[in-house]
Amino acid sequence: MNNGFSPSIVGFFCNWCTYLATDLAGTSRMKYAPNVRVVRTMCSGRVDPQMVLWAFRHGADGVLIGGCHPGDCHYQEGNYKTLRRTIMLRKMLAQFGIEPERLRLEWISAAEGGRLRDVMNEFTEQIRRLGPLPEKVEKREAVAA
Amino acid sequence: MKSNGSKGVRVGVYICHCGTNIAGTVDVKALTEYGATLPGVVVSRDYKYICSDPGQELIKEDIREHQLNRVVVASCSPLLHEQTFRSAVAKAGLNPFYCHMVNIREHDSWVHEDRDEATEKAKDLVRAAVRRIVFHDALERKRVPIHPDVMIVGGGIAGIHAALTLANSGKHVYLVEREATIGGHMAKFDKTFPTLDCAACILTPKMTAVKSHPNITLWTLSEVAQVDGYVGNFKVTVKRKPRYIYEDLCVGCMECIEACVYKQAKYPDEFNLGLGKRKPIYIPFPQAVPQVPVIDRETCIEFKTGRCKKTCVEVCGERNAIDFRQEESTETVEVGTIILATGFQVFDARRIPYYGYGVYPGVYTALEVERLVNAAGPTGGEIVLRDGRKPKAIGIVHCVGSRDEHTNRYCSRVCCMYSLKLAHLIKEKTDAEVYSFYIDIRAPGKAFEEFYNRVAEEGTNFIRGKVADVFPDPNGNGRLILEAEHTLLGMVQKIPVDMVVLSVGLEAQPDAQEVRRLFNISCSTEGFFLERHPKLAPVNTFADGIFLAGCCQGPKDIPDTVAQAGAAAAEALALIDAKFVELEPNTAYIVEEACSGCHVCVGMCPFTAIHFDAEKKLAVLNEALCKGCGTCVAACPSGAAQQNLFGDEQLFAEVEGVLV
Repeated sequence: MNNGFSPSIVGFFCNWCTYLATDLAGTSRMKYAPNVRVVRTMCSGRVDPQMVLWAFRHGADGVLIGGCHPGDCHYQEGNYKTLRRTIMLRKMLAQFGIEPERLRLEWISAAEGGRLRDVMNEFTEQIRRLGPLPEKVEKREAVAA
Repeated sequence: MKSNGSKGVRVGVYICHCGTNIAGTVDVKALTEYGATLPGVVVSRDYKYICSDPGQELIKEDIREHQLNRVVVASCSPLLHEQTFRSAVAKAGLNPFYCHMVNIREHDSWVHEDRDEATEKAKDLVRAAVRRIVFHDALERKRVPIHPDVMIVGGGIAGIHAALTLANSGKHVYLVEREATIGGHMAKFDKTFPTLDCAACILTPKMTAVKSHPNITLWTLSEVAQVDGYVGNFKVTVKRKPRYIYEDLCVGCMECIEACVYKQAKYPDEFNLGLGKRKPIYIPFPQAVPQVPVIDRETCIEFKTGRCKKTCVEVCGERNAIDFRQEESTETVEVGTIILATGFQVFDARRIPYYGYGVYPGVYTALEVERLVNAAGPTGGEIVLRDGRKPKAIGIVHCVGSRDEHTNRYCSRVCCMYSLKLAHLIKEKTDAEVYSFYIDIRAPGKAFEEFYNRVAEEGTNFIRGKVADVFPDPNGNGRLILEAEHTLLGMVQKIPVDMVVLSVGLEAQPDAQEVRRLFNISCSTEGFFLERHPKLAPVNTFADGIFLAGCCQGPKDIPDTVAQAGAAAAEALALIDAKFVELEPNTAYIVEEACSGCHVCVGMCPFTAIHFDAEKKLAVLNEALCKGCGTCVAACPSGAAQQNLFGDEQLFAEVEGVLV
């Protein structure tokens, strides 16, 4: 590992696109950084902002949300809601003293296994450069409050 | 959040080796031992293939022996085997939704190389599942009836074959075709490889059968405008463009075409790719189905000036089939299943400028040559150039728009074989010298290789090399020179020809993206519709009840298209005859005691499944309309909106679980 830090990252992946792209990357035996732990949701629109904060509170150094490309949502418009929530959340994270770059939203379709791999690698590298979220409990508790 | 009260919960953890697929990268023994240490876990086992019968038996026995009430299986993607393990669990008397899968193959062992890292990841994922499954509830699948009618979009050979198969089994089919006739690309072909069957002879009887079949409603000049509903219960709105001739009044005498004020055909004829001419009132080709002319409003004088003598109307007389005021209409029908057979477009050869298509009149696409060799084509089957000359030498260029970094990387599968067929037909009809420029000859089908040998024996010259340039002969004799490196001889060759045939590849339809959005399915990167599984669900899509047939899923030849159309019809039949379909119970629900009546969820729902009950001052969710996206759950400020299988407790526990 570069600089000895292996970040913990939670991925919230939509069942219809990014989760399938992850399956595709698997079937195609693409290799990428092992840091992202995927939580499957039926739609990226299910990702409650509290869930993202919950992840940061419990030790995540980064959160990656994967949804369908604009216009492609399996449920018509869930991804647009995710987009708005993410923009809002990133502002909030900054207020908590967490770099907004630790939260990333990506549109990855079921066919984009290669892009999934690239995003996994890029985001892991990005979080590695940002370093661990400060371990101070107070800071984590502030997020939860 | 509710604390992890694993009291009374008895979890069984099953780690699959999947041969070496998982065990080769993940330390399954360490993972199994780790599983046993997690709270609530009663048994933790590993097995070579848990999806096998003995593997499933293992789970069933443990459920009985250890009174397990939760099962976690760490193996492949849930999209592959979730049903397998759920039914195994159900057979042992446990509610199937007490089973949860962890994906440690596609998401772990197949994508990582470091054994320790992969094992750590697997441990985190298993821990998350054990935490989440505590909060699982017993659920029941909702059964919904399947409407027996089927809609097929696209009337090429795929749509036609699927329609006839379904109609013959007694199901009602709506066949929707965008053009004025069914038949698709196959109707344009002269002969078919490798048997040299006449395309029209084998296709047109099927076309007529569609028209006369009592179970098929054929809508030509029509396009799907809107699709609502879900498997078993789709509501499809179809836009029907005017033909300006009533199909039910027209007898197909074609006198109106004869009587048109244009004595000569004047406008480029679409069916013959502009190589022939047609009148403003015309029938695309002699065997078109329906046998009803169509009026093109762009070229018809009555539409352009409103002052035509309307000799067509005159000759139609009492039949009164022609109506210039006919307008676009819409039809809305209910169907249970949909088959997409929307076909392909040929690669636009103009995109490779150095082949000179559209610049030099001697350059043709293969589809144009199909029309030239066809007896019903613009030249009556004679191969003559645009300037009237008969070609003495013809060059066929393979892989135009296929196997090329700059256009399409994929192989279009049919070009080698149709190029061989055209070489044969040219040899048969002319005494021209034929040069075939290929990268590799791909002839992997029944009697394909034999056909290749036959064409070679007939005297076609095969040159292994990609054509780099096409340019006019500097001698000014009107010929074209093909320049290519003959890679077997290791030298550059310049061959003068009179006619260049570009074997253009197959591409997704230009509106494939809009169509897939309409039907809520996906496309692969090259733009063809994406099948659910390339091997095991090749005609299914990720939208239940919507199937694929033919080239809309990827380039393929006629036999493969027909086979796929039959498979799509069989999949539709299987659903229809089951009469009911069970839906995943991942719908949302409202916990009334927690609802503050804030209305937030009401506006969130894209399916208007939630309304506000003014009397009770509560949100009320209509389960029949809910599709289970969970957007309302994410938005509810008081946690009153919840979702089966993806509730707050389950997901928060899972998030916590992957981290600590």
